[in-house]
Amino acid sequence: MEYKDYYKRLGVSREATQDEIKRAYRKLARKYHPDVSKEENAEAQFKEVQEAYEVLKDPEKRTAYDQLGQNWREGQQFRQPPGWDQGGFEFRGGGFTGADAGAFSDFFESLFGGGFRQAGPGGGFRQPRGEDQFARIDVSLEDAYRGATRQIALENPMVDAQGNVTAQRRSLNVRIPAGIRAGQQIRLAGQGALGGDLYLEVNIQPHRLFQLDGRDVSLTVPIAPWEAALGTKVAVPTLGGEVSATIPAGAQSGQKLRLKERGLPGKPPGDQYLVLKIVAPRADTDKARKLYRQMADELAFDPRAGAWS
Amino acid sequence: MADIIEAAVIDNGTLFTLRELCRSSGAHAEVIIEMVEIGLLEPQGRDPADWRFPPQSLARIHSTLRLRRDLEVNLSGAALALDLMDEVARLRRRVRALERQLGE
Repeated sequence: MEYKDYYKRLGVSREATQDEIKRAYRKLARKYHPDVSKEENAEAQFKEVQEAYEVLKDPEKRTAYDQLGQNWREGQQFRQPPGWDQGGFEFRGGGFTGADAGAFSDFFESLFGGGFRQAGPGGGFRQPRGEDQFARIDVSLEDAYRGATRQIALENPMVDAQGNVTAQRRSLNVRIPAGIRAGQQIRLAGQGALGGDLYLEVNIQPHRLFQLDGRDVSLTVPIAPWEAALGTKVAVPTLGGEVSATIPAGAQSGQKLRLKERGLPGKPPGDQYLVLKIVAPRADTDKARKLYRQMADELAFDPRAGAWS
Repeated sequence: MADIIEAAVIDNGTLFTLRELCRSSGAHAEVIIEMVEIGLLEPQGRDPADWRFPPQSLARIHSTLRLRRDLEVNLSGAALALDLMDEVARLRRRVRALERQLGE
């Protein structure tokens, strides 16, 4: 297992006071709390910070940790010193933060496992019946449209016969139904910790082409000025594959066209909107300049007519 | 290869009772009643026995309890954080939509 530098994790010196440690923890907890943070890997980062604080906030654990010496480096291969066996220390009533049990590293477990785990009044994590668990699941827009089977990894605390808490890792294959919407929750009955339910909140990932709004999707369609003026048919992508869409004559930039029921399935199914965007060709050849000049001369057109009056 | 688990979708018509929320969150009824009093949860119905909570309530309760535990804020503080985060999420979506309309 790898050594963890808890001081580095909290960004404090080895001489830091308990108050400094607390302040550093609070600041990092706000930064990485999975319910608040938009940081990448917020959850993993938060766990690391919690683990570090769990040790450093408790003078007994901190002293024990300090006795490992200062020469260890983060990530270095670590083996429990001979005769450690929580020698002399009984980690009792240190005030468990209530972090999800079993979530701490092997390094932590090897130092403060057993004895510490049994301690603590109420224990925080030993619920008589299973609470429900919540997790978020990222789903691509394509999967939301078609439905998909996804594998998710879970870590559950388990209490063994000796009263020790260990992490039980398992994976589940979950069928995501077609037409799931962003923010919607799905329930997996009996799959939470200790028999509770597991809820997954669906996050639909941003898509390269489509913008999602409820069950509706919209797509920007670039068109030439003459296509807008004269009307045309264009092939456009939809979640269900390419379709041909009719652009009516006299179309304007920003205008929205609706493709009925081409959005996410459901009752009722969503629609796809095409947002037109007129793109003018550059006048970078003689021919193009000539055509533009001809339009300027022959079309009585003032795009700002009435715009500012 | 594990079995495939069918997921039940919680749609907006699904409503939860106070008892169900207590079981789900492991929180005492008084805590959830306090969350209603500070406007963190908005159930339909007059008194606690008749309360019916929309499905988002579940995640909100769990988030609130975690924030309270991990960041040492009280329920009002957690409520404020959640409201602001909802607002941030809404604005982010709006920014993304507008950026896209501007053609990136």
